[in-house]
Amino acid sequence: MAEDNNKATIVVFSGEMDRVFAALIIATGCAAAGMDTTLFFTFWGLNVIKKGTPIKAQSFLGKMMGIMNRGGINRLNPSRFAFGGMGRILFRKMMRDKNVASLEELLQTVIDLDVCLLACKMSMDVLEISRDDLIPEVDDVVGVATFVKEAANSKVQLFI
Amino acid sequence: MEIQVDMVQDSIGQLCPMPIAFMAKNMKKLEDGQVLEIRADDEGAHADVPAWCEQTGNEFLGEEPVEGYFRYYVRKKVR
Repeated sequence: MAEDNNKATIVVFSGEMDRVFAALIIATGCAAAGMDTTLFFTFWGLNVIKKGTPIKAQSFLGKMMGIMNRGGINRLNPSRFAFGGMGRILFRKMMRDKNVASLEELLQTVIDLDVCLLACKMSMDVLEISRDDLIPEVDDVVGVATFVKEAANSKVQLFI
Repeated sequence: MEIQVDMVQDSIGQLCPMPIAFMAKNMKKLEDGQVLEIRADDEGAHADVPAWCEQTGNEFLGEEPVEGYFRYYVRKKVR
């Protein structure tokens, strides 16, 4: 169904639950509409595609960051009312009660719809995250030039 | 509404964006010209199903209220 120049590129910079919801829902909509959709995860957004297991960082600061910022899609806190980790549990309950899909279900949906998942190499280097710390569904680890190439041909370009 | 339906999608209880995500998956399984019936009670579907059809070039045949939900009919475009 995809046509030429019928692409969508979304940068997921944030690792906050609510913003990631928006990103994944828009990606689902774009992919469902037959658009060739790419999600580019950078910086805090990498937490969305981290396995959530402790990372094998080398430096002291990298190790500390790995503990403080463990990641994994089920550990994302909302941008408001985080309450030191309680917030995400409250939001999860509210959303489940309303029958809204969870972040895990939405990520699986975009994977099923063949959305391309890209991880930013530079932020991975800074945070000392290796390819093995990311979920296997990530298609590639890339730099800004790949993002520009995708975005330049996209009708939808978003930074979340 | 007298429409020959080839596949039925039960999206009752689902909220945005799941009815649309399943619609896209199910339409891939259908042959050109076949009709998908979507059963949904999400109010957003009134706007979203026709919008999805306009975006993808598939034909929106109409909607029909049933007790507690709506039936939407979409015909897969013939390429």
